[in-house]
Formats: sequence, structure tokens, C-alpha cells
Amino acid sequence: MAIDPNKHPMPTQAPEERAHNFREVALGYTLEVAREEASRCLNCKNQPCVKGCPVGIHIPQFIQALRKGEIEEAYQIISLTSSLPAICGRVCPQETQCEQQCTLGIRYEPVGIGRLERFVADWHNEHSTEAPQKPESNGHRVAIVGSGPSGLTCAGDLAKKGYQVTVFEALHTAGGVLVYGIPEFRLPKAIVAREVETLKALGVDIETNVIIGKTLTVDELFEQGYEAVFIGSGAGLPNFMGIPGESLKGVYSANEYLTRSNLMKAYRDDADTPIMKGGSVAVVGGGNVAMDAARTALRLGAEHVYIVYRRSMEELPARREEVEHAEEEGIDFRLLCNPVEVLGWNDPENPRDPKNGFVKAMRCIRMQLGEPDASGRRRPVEIPGSEFTLDVDTVVIAIGTSPNPLIKSTTEGLEVNRRGGIVINEDGLTSRKNVYAGGDAVTGAATVISAMGAGKTAAAAIDKALCGEQN
Amino acid sequence: MNKILVRRELNPTVTLLTVEAPLIARKAEPGQFVIVRPDAEGERIPLTIADFDREAGTVTIIFQIVGATTEKLNHLMEGGCVQDIAGPLGRATHTEGLKKVAVVGGGVGCAIAYPVAKKLFEQGAEVHAVAGFRTKDLVILEDEFAAHSTLFCRMSDDGSWGEKGLVTDALKQLIEAGNQYDEVITIGPLIMMKFVCAITKQYGIKTVASMNPIMIDGTGTAA
Ligand SMILES: Cc1cc2nc3c(=O)[nH]c(=O)nc-3n(C[C@H](O)[C@H](O)[C@H](O)COP(=O)(O)OP(=O)(O)OC[C@H]3O[C@@H](n4cnc5c(N)ncnc54)[C@H](O)[C@@H]3O)c2cc1C
Repeated sequence: MAIDPNKHPMPTQAPEERAHNFREVALGYTLEVAREEASRCLNCKNQPCVKGCPVGIHIPQFIQALRKGEIEEAYQIISLTSSLPAICGRVCPQETQCEQQCTLGIRYEPVGIGRLERFVADWHNEHSTEAPQKPESNGHRVAIVGSGPSGLTCAGDLAKKGYQVTVFEALHTAGGVLVYGIPEFRLPKAIVAREVETLKALGVDIETNVIIGKTLTVDELFEQGYEAVFIGSGAGLPNFMGIPGESLKGVYSANEYLTRSNLMKAYRDDADTPIMKGGSVAVVGGGNVAMDAARTALRLGAEHVYIVYRRSMEELPARREEVEHAEEEGIDFRLLCNPVEVLGWNDPENPRDPKNGFVKAMRCIRMQLGEPDASGRRRPVEIPGSEFTLDVDTVVIAIGTSPNPLIKSTTEGLEVNRRGGIVINEDGLTSRKNVYAGGDAVTGAATVISAMGAGKTAAAAIDKALCGEQN
Repeated sequence: MNKILVRRELNPTVTLLTVEAPLIARKAEPGQFVIVRPDAEGERIPLTIADFDREAGTVTIIFQIVGATTEKLNHLMEGGCVQDIAGPLGRATHTEGLKKVAVVGGGVGCAIAYPVAKKLFEQGAEVHAVAGFRTKDLVILEDEFAAHSTLFCRMSDDGSWGEKGLVTDALKQLIEAGNQYDEVITIGPLIMMKFVCAITKQYGIKTVASMNPIMIDGTGTAA
């Protein structure tokens, strides 16, 4: 049988429809399509896809099980190395990880590994009747700071081994970026909530509204009897550009914009959270965060949404699928452009004009790509005299985030690097005894799967430190 | 969920809530704030900690009804709960080593000035409190200021409470009467703080003005 050169397309909501609602865009494969897609896998010996996966999921094995219709078995194979398949299947940048390495991809489109992972996980979630059981306690207590993918994974792995785990989360909902960053239309919050519920069923205690470094310190956690602490506090501190006009009303960090929409439900008409809806919106940046902010703006009712990015389409760091979806939805990409100033309303004739102090436009300059820089990407350079103005009412800055310095500044002896990332060894151990860390708090903004992997590594190391080799 | 132990309407648009929050109460200092969410559908808003009791494990917030969220907060009753309260956040007002201080509050700003005055008073400093309101009906925390200051100047724009005049008039008089302050701490409308600073600058007195921080998440990541 000849191999289909193309991936089976992912069914989606039509662009014109989905641009006005927050429901999930990608609808998922049916069993039939999933099995057909699985049969495209060559099941090659050297398994390059596995090397492309940050946590080394046994990809060909799970795909073969799926091909045979053994979906639960496929799920169990994934579970050997991954904790959050329903999430990673949706948000991993597969095109630069597993699928990039796929042998089939040399001549054709690679196997849709992410779509298959998602299918298997969704099928399991829908059909599995096995209820998580609280294991017998081993008497050891571990504290986890932050409830993003790194913290949730670390908590889950330890709880399954009988540890009494408490997760401390600064916000009022558990899930980290999975709930306050990535929007509903890409990752339904019910999926994250399910993971959190599973942890609770395993006996994990989740304490929201506790800010480690303020409400309690890491040292106080040890005083309270926790024997190890895992820091998975993420990288939530937004970077700004440092251009004039960034403090005008109507300029948001993507973090604030998305948090307001996601967590504080500003997207619902009955919510109290103010957010600027309508008008024209410029989102600065080219990563997933920028795509999410732009597509959220559209769904909140913006008439025109720009993405302003200083490099070209090829360098856009966002997941390919999100870029395609954004284009289909009508996001206006202004590539090779960089903002130089945000302009505000200011009517000297009428100092009481309510528009004063609000964003009116953004001045940009065109860029061209020069020599490759340290990251290997070609460095964008300004084209002199090419400035132009975009009329906008809202500017959203999505040019990256850094780890928040709060925990470092309140935990004596905790070493961080130049960028504020916590320094760890290969086990996830920090410069402080029994304090482990992982995820964005260590690496700076990265991916869900690497955060999850870091949580797993630390959980194994904590187990070894507290219970010894025999476990 | 944090239980509301006391609810008091201080004036028609300003309400006080004392809630159970033992972890926050243990750490709270004057000048700091908490993030509050009245119900599961609501916005997170920052509110200054107006008082706290470490033993009882309670924190007091005072808010003015200015929008949908504070309106909702105002509908919560004693015995009920606020959905979320997180903190304490922000920098504590520096009080260490101060021996004689004028604390100048205007309007609802007095809710923020009060815990500072209280702390200074409790650490044995001489505290001259100056509170100003537009009119008598808007006065808040009169007894609390009176109990935690060595001298309390009441000022109102229309003369219906205390002296008629501005807080700056009172401050100027105090300084000219020979009071030597280590520091003047002022909290209130921007324009009032600006005039307080203008006066203290003339006399070369160190002055601390409080700005209400605008934050939406507990870590300050979305300032
Ligand atoms: C908008 C957006 C879209 C993204 N899209 C993708 C994508 O498509 N694919 C992908 O792989 N990755 C994506 N990412 C990146 C990915 O979400 C992160 O790399 C990942 O969530 C990091 O996980 P983490 O556990 O390290 O931290 P986080 O998910 O950031 O979680 C950290 C948690 O710790 C809490 N916290 C912080 N400080 C404290 C404290 N002092 N005390 C208590 N709690 C604290 C925070 O409130 C937060 O809940 C995206 C990120 C954003 C912002």
C-alpha cells in the first residue's frame, strides 16, 4: 500500500466562525482517521523521533499500538515518560521536535505525532474508568512552589510514590501558564482542571493564594516540616522594549492581557474585569505568546489586529500551526518591522478630553536581515528613513518574559544565573540543600514539555534523596 | 475562601472588612497590600492592608466603591466569605528609628495612613496625625487615629469637622510652631501629596508619599 504523502488534516472550526468564539479551534481526529494516520508510521529501527522528544516518549511503540486499535495500551506507553499527553499533544512545537526528525518527513509530510498523542490522551480521558487511588503514605513531606506543568508533574510523580505533597500557588487557580497564558481556544481549561483533579485524588494538597517569598518563605517551609522543596515558579516577569510611550494607557504586557482574558474571564460579557475590546490592536513579538494575544484580541472584538515582528516569517518562533491559524483568521502580519515609539492622545486645547493619555498609534521602522547573530538567526537591522505609523488603540507587548526575582531575593544561598534563572545540576538540585527547581524558573521561557520533563527529573531525584536507592 | 468577621460601613461609599487570613496576618506590615477577589467570577484587585492582628489571625481592608468589583465586595456580609485573598505584597513603609513623625492623610488615603500611624505610635514615636476630608459625612477612622497619635488634627474643606481648611494648612502650622519631624509621611490624592511635599521641601523635611500600586497578579508579574 502506498504511503499517503500528507498528514491527515486536522478538522477545525471554520476560520470566520472561530474568530468570534473562544471554543477550541482544532477538533481532533476520529478513531478511524487516527488509525489511518498511525499506519503512515514506518516504525523505523533507529527511532529518530524519540531523540527529538525532550522526554523521550516511546513514539513508534505507542503509534503501533494505536494502529492496532489498542488505544489504552498506547496511552500507557506514553505514560511511561510523559504526564500531560492531552496537553502536550495540543501545544508542543512538534515541527521542531519529534516530527522534525521523522524519517517520513524526508520525502513527505512527517507523521502527525502530536495529533496522535492528543487522540490517544483524549480517548483515554473519555473512556478510562480507572479512578486514581491515593497510595499509602510513606510519611515524607514535599512542598512544590508553583502549579505550572513542572510543579504539577513533580507533585504527581511524588504523590504516586506515597509522598505527602503540598503545592503552593500564588494565583487563585492551579495550572500556571496552562490556565493564565494559553487561551481556551487552544487548550480547553477543562483538560487542565482534570489533571489538577487527578492530583487531588492522589492526595496532593493544593494551596492557592500563597506567594512563596511573601506569605511564606522557602526556609519557613522547611521549618514546617517539609523535607524537600521543588521550585517551579515559571518566568512570569514581562520584558518591555524601553521605547517612548510604553506607559500610555492601552499598552499591556501580553501576560497581563492574556491573564485578564483567561483567568479573570474578561472574555465573557458578564465578567467584571475591564479589558479594552474593539478598535485596532498591535501585538509586538512573534512567539506563541504573541499569536495567543493577537487571536485573543480578535475574539474579544478587535476590528483589526496586527502582529509586528522584527524578523521574517521563517524566523517566527511560534508553533507553525498557530501561525497558520492566525493567518486564516485574518491577523495582519507586519514582518520585518520594529516599533520605535507608542504615540498617545494629547489634546492641549482640551486637557479634560477623556482620550488623553491613551494610545493613538504606534510608529514602526522597517527592518532587513543582516548577518546571523549568536543564536544563529539573522540579525534584523533598521532600514534608515523607513518609519511609518500604524493607527492602533491597544498595544500588547509579547517580546518575552524572565523569571521573577522574588524567590531568589527571599531565599538565602539560592544561586541564579545572569538571566535570573535558578542554577541547578542534572538532578534539578539547586545550590541549596534539598531545594530543587525546574521549568521556566530555570531555563527562562521555554516549553510545556521541557517543564514537565524537569518536574519528572526532580521528582526522581527527591525520591532518591529522601528514600534512598531501594525505591 | 476567607471568612468575614467584621463588616462596617465607614461612610456611604467606604466599607471596612476584617477577614480571617492567619498566614497574611503573621507577615503583614503597614504600607503593604493584598490581592482580593470577591467571588469566583470577579476581578483580582489590590487593596491596602488597613490593619492586622497577628494573634487573632485577621487582616482588615478598607475600600471605596468605585467599580463592579468593589461593589461586589461591598455586598459581602459578616459571616460570609471573600473568594480569595493573597499577600502581603509590596514594600512595608519604613518606620524604624523614627522618633517624631507627622502622618498626613487625605480622604480614603487615611485608610492607608492609619496603620502607619499605629505602628509608629506602638513603637513609641511621637505621632502627629493630620487627617483631612471634604466634609463630616466622609470622615473615616476618627477614633482609631485619635487612639494612635500624640496629637490629632482634624481638617475639613467645609469646616463641618474639626478645623476648616486643608491638611497642608495644619501641617504648616505644626512645623511653624517648632515641631521638628524626622519624617513626614503622606497618603492621599496626588495633588494633596504634591502640596505636602512642596511645604516640607521648604523646611527640608524628609517626606515619603505613598503611591497605590496597580497590580493584577499575586507575584507582581503583571504590573
Ligand atoms: C501565552 C503563552 C503561550 C504559550 N504557548 C506554548 C505552547 O504552545 N507550547 C509550549 O510548549 N509552551 C508554550 N508556552 C510556554 C509554556 O507555557 C511554559 O514554558 C511552561 O508553562 C512553563 O512551565 P513552568 O511549570 O515552569 O511554569 P509556569 O507554567 O509559568 O507556572 C508557574 C506557576 O508558579 C506560580 N508562581 C510564581 N511565583 C510563585 C511564588 N513566589 N509562589 C507561589 N507560586 C508562584 C505562578 O503563578 C504559576 O502558576 C506558552 C507560554 C505562554 C505565556
